[in-house]
Amino acid sequence: MTLRARSGRPVEEITVERVVAGELTAEDLRVHPDTLRAQAEVAAAHGNPQLAANLRRAAEMTALSDERLLAIYEALRPGRSTRAELLAIVAELEESGAATTAAMVREAIAGGAERGLLADP
Amino acid sequence: MSRRWHRPDERPVTNSGGPVSGRFAALDRRPVNRDGLAREDPELGLVAMRSPADPEPALELGPDGRVAAMDGRQRERFDVIDRMIADHGLDLEVAPEAMALEDGELARRIVDPGVPRAEVTRLVAGITPAKLAAVVRLLRPVEIQMAIAKMRVRRTPSIQAHVTNRLDDPLLIAADAATAVAFGFRELETTVPVLEDAPSNAVALLIGSQVAAPGALTQCSVEEAMELELGMRGLTTYAETVSLYGTEQVFVDGDDTPWSKAFLCSAYASRGLKMRVTSGGGAEVLMGAAEGCSMLYLESRCVSLARAIGAQGVQNGGIDGASVVGAVPDGMRELLAENLMVMLRDLESCSGNDTLVSESDIRRTAHTVPLLLAGSDFLFSGFGSITRYDNMFGPSNFNGDDLDDYLVLQRDWGVDGGLRPAAEEEVLAVRERAARAAQAVYRRLALADYDEAHVEAVVTAHGSKEVPVEDPLAVLEAATAVQRRPITALEIVAALAEEGFAEEAERVLAMIRERLKGDYLQTAAIFDEDMRVLSKVTDPNDYAGPGTGYEPDPGRRREIASVRQAISVREVRAEQELAAATLHLVEGPPAAAGSNPREVCIGLSPAAGRGIWTTLSGLSVRDALREIEAGLEEEGCEARLIRVRSTVDLGLVGLTAARLAGSGIAVGLQGKGTALIHRRDLVPLANLELYSVAPLIDREMYRTLGINAGRHAKGVVTVPAKNPYTEEAITARYHTRALALVAIERERSEPSPPNELTRAAS
Repeated sequence: MTLRARSGRPVEEITVERVVAGELTAEDLRVHPDTLRAQAEVAAAHGNPQLAANLRRAAEMTALSDERLLAIYEALRPGRSTRAELLAIVAELEESGAATTAAMVREAIAGGAERGLLADP
Repeated sequence: MSRRWHRPDERPVTNSGGPVSGRFAALDRRPVNRDGLAREDPELGLVAMRSPADPEPALELGPDGRVAAMDGRQRERFDVIDRMIADHGLDLEVAPEAMALEDGELARRIVDPGVPRAEVTRLVAGITPAKLAAVVRLLRPVEIQMAIAKMRVRRTPSIQAHVTNRLDDPLLIAADAATAVAFGFRELETTVPVLEDAPSNAVALLIGSQVAAPGALTQCSVEEAMELELGMRGLTTYAETVSLYGTEQVFVDGDDTPWSKAFLCSAYASRGLKMRVTSGGGAEVLMGAAEGCSMLYLESRCVSLARAIGAQGVQNGGIDGASVVGAVPDGMRELLAENLMVMLRDLESCSGNDTLVSESDIRRTAHTVPLLLAGSDFLFSGFGSITRYDNMFGPSNFNGDDLDDYLVLQRDWGVDGGLRPAAEEEVLAVRERAARAAQAVYRRLALADYDEAHVEAVVTAHGSKEVPVEDPLAVLEAATAVQRRPITALEIVAALAEEGFAEEAERVLAMIRERLKGDYLQTAAIFDEDMRVLSKVTDPNDYAGPGTGYEPDPGRRREIASVRQAISVREVRAEQELAAATLHLVEGPPAAAGSNPREVCIGLSPAAGRGIWTTLSGLSVRDALREIEAGLEEEGCEARLIRVRSTVDLGLVGLTAARLAGSGIAVGLQGKGTALIHRRDLVPLANLELYSVAPLIDREMYRTLGINAGRHAKGVVTVPAKNPYTEEAITARYHTRALALVAIERERSEPSPPNELTRAAS
């Protein structure tokens, strides 16, 4: 299997010459979700299902822009978001196929509500 | 001296406040007494290994197959940490078996080299935080070491460096990063005294990290969101400042929840970036919310949480709270146990030792050595590779000025502490290359313009106090530009290539390429200098008792052994040859017994003035002889030089010469400078006076020796000279040289009778 960047460019094409020629973009420096899923399988085979789950969430999260990633992280911090705001994030994630990440945000809503860590509406 | 007495438990003191006892006054002056030690206070959580509030281990599964109760809490009462651990952190298939094991039995399996590592991690995956703490609590320090040797994830040990400075000077950061890699560090962590400087520090560290060798990972420790942002832009290659805490209150005070942290873990991985979390005992006490629990138990919760959220590794072993842990009984043991708990959860251990835990060199060394001997994925989560004042994390337990100490410790014990000796010329060369690379990139990208004088100052500087500040705003402006444009690793690679730093450009880009491959996302991954990933997958710890597990290969052993201070007999011989011109002795015919009662012989050992020309004190053999002869002359005696060839033993040299002296008295002199006075009727080891500490014998003492020998010859009462006294580690300092000189003496000795000796006319 040829390893590719998220842009589809084979890893071998990431060369200094191309960088200098201005042929590469930020997308060429992003890991491909398939690569992360493959690494998840390796982690699971080596007895760490939690690391595997983390890498699967990561594979989903490759679809998010840097800005969105930072924004969702911020929204998950204590007292930042109401239940409704977090549910909107869940919907957004589910729409983009990020099912396991969405499930984790659902847990954050349940756990946060129980311990008073959500913002008041 | 008057005394005042307060309470019965108070010590007697003088009016000036000092102790009455001279012994105690001396003890008070010792550095260890500047350390603030604390009495245990379980209510505050000021207790290392066990507190009454620590719950009994327990796990109850509900009918839905989920955890219904854990460690004394029903699900309804779970805090956020319990919840994450209960829902994600435990292998519930193994749990019934593992929780049923008696604590002592599990502890034995952890230590026993006959029980495979994988069997231990399988069982530990099924135990609760309270059970993990209960089991580890049973281990004695040496058992913790045994367990670490077996349980750490990666076979090959490694080490992380702090690379920071007071000025955030980018050229100095680059030069210090290159220096750190030259010494063998494989992870470099920087941070900032001024938060806004962070992007510049990340850029400078990235450039400097790839100068001396490929593959060192770099990190910029700042607030969580900014750290992530720098990573996403390729300016860092791993992250570590993702803090976990053992109580809910402190966790929330830290402005996160277990879910936000779990999200952060995945966020890093989604950009192909390695990360680990940070915890460490003492943090909850410092934040005043330890819930009365022991540091060990709270840390067990952190470590269990780290596994639950899917982090591949943990930095712990005190960290910011290390000195608090160190202040209570069993504190150092607790710090080591923290590292072990990470390994037992099958995670990468980045093992602390990054806070100066004591003013006492003895105590701070004693904190680090047990781990050094056992080996860890990262022996330090920041050896301060720079000098203490430049460490913006605060001084580490070992710092730049301790590098030689550490290298010698590795060598003493034959263990791989991750570092290697680096020669001064090599270090100067990589510093210059790194400073110039950073200078060129900052110029090319119009971030800052550092002149030639600045580069030169950086290359030779001990620290930032020797580096000029031409423009106090330069770093801030550079950092702002990096942020605003924004600059990514691509611009850095291009600038390096265009400025003629092709190798560095290729190496920085290689770090980017690796994040597309993802192999370094596996547990405990580092790159070796050939860019091979060493991790749980590719380099698993296979320790299973004596003769197994990691051992430095012959090349690495030589590297560890080759500290720059080591000298060989050959070098000592060459050094002696340099002084050969100072004395020319002519070997004469076999010596006969003299008859002049004023004649005192000076018996020279086989190599004195013939292979050895400089004594251990640095005085020449010629000058030592001159002083002895002058002393004899003062007493009206006649000196006669004799070469004793048949023995290297100074007693026999002196006695042999004494038997040839008309007076029956002789001085014996070895090449290394040791000297004595002997008399012909004594046994070899019973001399009249012995000047045994050669490194301390000066001209005046050789003169006294001559005078005393003369007085013995005349039968006048003499006051024996006292051997000079020293508090220094005199044997440590001179034994290597002394044994080399003895070897030269041995080479020159032969079974021949003593002969006359004269000075050649010079």
